[in-house]
Amino acid sequence: MRKGGAKAATVRRGTRRDWEERTLKDVLARRPERLPAFTTVSGAPVERLYTFEDLDGWDPLEKLGFPGEPPYTRGVHPTMYRGRVWTMRQFAGFGSAEDTNRRFRYLLDHGQTGLSTAFDLPTLMGRDSDDPMAEGEVGREGVAIDTLADMEALFRDIPLGRVSTSMTINAPAAVLLAMYLAVAERQGVPLESLEGTLQNDILKEYIAQKEWIFPPAPSLRIITDLMAFCTARVPKWNTISISGYHIREAGSTAVQELAFTLADGIGYVQAGIDAGLEVDAFTPRLSFFFNAHNDFFEEIAKLRAARRMGATIMRERFGATDPRAWRLRTHVQTAGCSLTAQQPHNNVVRVTLQALAAVLGGTQSLHTNALDETLALPTEDSARLALRTQQIIAEESGVANTIDPLAGSYFVESLTDRMEAEAWDYIRRIDAMGGIVKAIEQGFPQREIAEASYRYQRQVDEGEKTVVGVNRYAEGDSAKVPLLRIGPEVERVQLEGLGRVRATRDAARHARALRDLQAVARSRDNLMPAILGAVKAYASVGEICEALRQIFGVYREGTVPL
Amino acid sequence: MNAGTGTVRLLVGKVGLDGHDRGAKIIARALRDAGFEVIYTGLHQTPEMVVATALQEDVDGIGLSILSGAHNTIFPKITRLLREQGGSDIVVFGGGIVPDEDVAGLLQAGVKAIFTPGTTTRQVIDWVKAEVKPRRRG
Repeated sequence: MRKGGAKAATVRRGTRRDWEERTLKDVLARRPERLPAFTTVSGAPVERLYTFEDLDGWDPLEKLGFPGEPPYTRGVHPTMYRGRVWTMRQFAGFGSAEDTNRRFRYLLDHGQTGLSTAFDLPTLMGRDSDDPMAEGEVGREGVAIDTLADMEALFRDIPLGRVSTSMTINAPAAVLLAMYLAVAERQGVPLESLEGTLQNDILKEYIAQKEWIFPPAPSLRIITDLMAFCTARVPKWNTISISGYHIREAGSTAVQELAFTLADGIGYVQAGIDAGLEVDAFTPRLSFFFNAHNDFFEEIAKLRAARRMGATIMRERFGATDPRAWRLRTHVQTAGCSLTAQQPHNNVVRVTLQALAAVLGGTQSLHTNALDETLALPTEDSARLALRTQQIIAEESGVANTIDPLAGSYFVESLTDRMEAEAWDYIRRIDAMGGIVKAIEQGFPQREIAEASYRYQRQVDEGEKTVVGVNRYAEGDSAKVPLLRIGPEVERVQLEGLGRVRATRDAARHARALRDLQAVARSRDNLMPAILGAVKAYASVGEICEALRQIFGVYREGTVPL
Repeated sequence: MNAGTGTVRLLVGKVGLDGHDRGAKIIARALRDAGFEVIYTGLHQTPEMVVATALQEDVDGIGLSILSGAHNTIFPKITRLLREQGGSDIVVFGGGIVPDEDVAGLLQAGVKAIFTPGTTTRQVIDWVKAEVKPRRRG
């Protein structure tokens, strides 16, 4: 008999509206849903059900394409994780260069595939360890680097020709890159073969992380000089990692993170073009860095939307013709601000879900936070567990075996489209202000983020947003976890080392190098060769930045909106 | 306003190179919304600058947010400077990434309370209401 016949008769046809009338209404009348309205962690509405009606007129060829082809919604590589899984890149750095060198070699021995360097606050701010402002902060949040001698110790016995190294450094990025290049030269590694990434994203510092030195104009000049230098001499180096991570950590919504990050990217590309660089020559080496927060689907949608927007911006706004310039490659780190000090083991579960979202979102590299990072820098054990989390996702869960598995989901595609539309709205507003630097000077992104951050905190305080172990399921005393302690001796040893370098370096060469640097800073010549000359003369990060401060001035934040 | 005694004035500050100002700004705004007079220092203050501002602005309490790991250096320096400069009755409290085992030492150094991650703005407001009183009369 016609097997399908009877079955077809029972298929309920119609629209979502029909279903609501026919089936849903009575159920809702008997038993209301858990909440009057559902929202993402960012406060965006989430509907009860997404259906084919939400994708009415939606063209998969236009919106998705295929992996490795524009608009790259499905991923930047044709084989994605079937070819090679993402780079597992755990951010590490604490204490002295020797301490961090040991941690680097430990992570490489345990299967990590790339290095990622965390510098301490004085280094990030372009201050030496003996600067009065550095007191108490030397080696605490990352490794202390004062001179080339520290950088040599940091990468001792690590072959720079065979690892890729990411350096999280912004205002003084050119100085730290110069030190890395000097170490590579000494190891006999040709600069053309060096692979790595510099964060070098000053715009998000003004917006969110607040580790600035110079005002925007000279900061962008240093960055375009660095891009020009690397394009010619260190062609595999990713010159800027345009970062939404810190914007999100400062309390933004997911859409704000997406929008402000891409607006920053537009700012850098425009600055490069204005400085006379060829768009197809330098933009393939711009990469991105996003946050993976708690709301699983929102994070996946954000990464997919980012790729589609990146391709549109590069092709339509800047007219790039090299497909490598169209591909938005990104690193992701799980959200530090989502971790809780209470019941710290819960953080392992949060990180796992966030990492899974990053992978389903198609990231190129990933850092998973350790369970103790809300309390201190990770211990060796907690750092290993964080790495193992990625390895389990990559090698046990099966999610890496097919490309962009959520494509075509009514919900994920609707969310991707909506986040993209909302982010374009922000970008239009920023364009109307005259670009991202002008918007920053007016405090626009800062205000938007502060509002979102306050709104979220109120929701947590009122219990509208749940934080397990904090505002629900709280317990009195939390499990104690062992913490990494950075003793005061780190500061003392670092100061002694800096003193030794100052006493033994060639004073005349050092003074000449800094004079040369200032002369170049006053001219329009590229700063990089002079910075390289200064680091090789063992000028310190603080001395080089001070020489530039005298020419460029310092940035002062305007009135901070509360 | 507390009848006859004036409104409690607070300085919320960020000391050192640490740029993490999300918490400081949330607390400053929540305290302001709760009716206190709040002055926010902005970033990158030295202990000397914070103490000078606190005395100049005649505040009753100082709340510092430190996420850089430098709390054991910065808090004791501020309480010492306050004692030296005639501000020992200004209540100092703080929050940030402070491991439990460091809290006792900070309290001993004269810090009145340390609020660690997970504290609600309401808890801070209630604590300030109970513990920080206007220093001057009339």
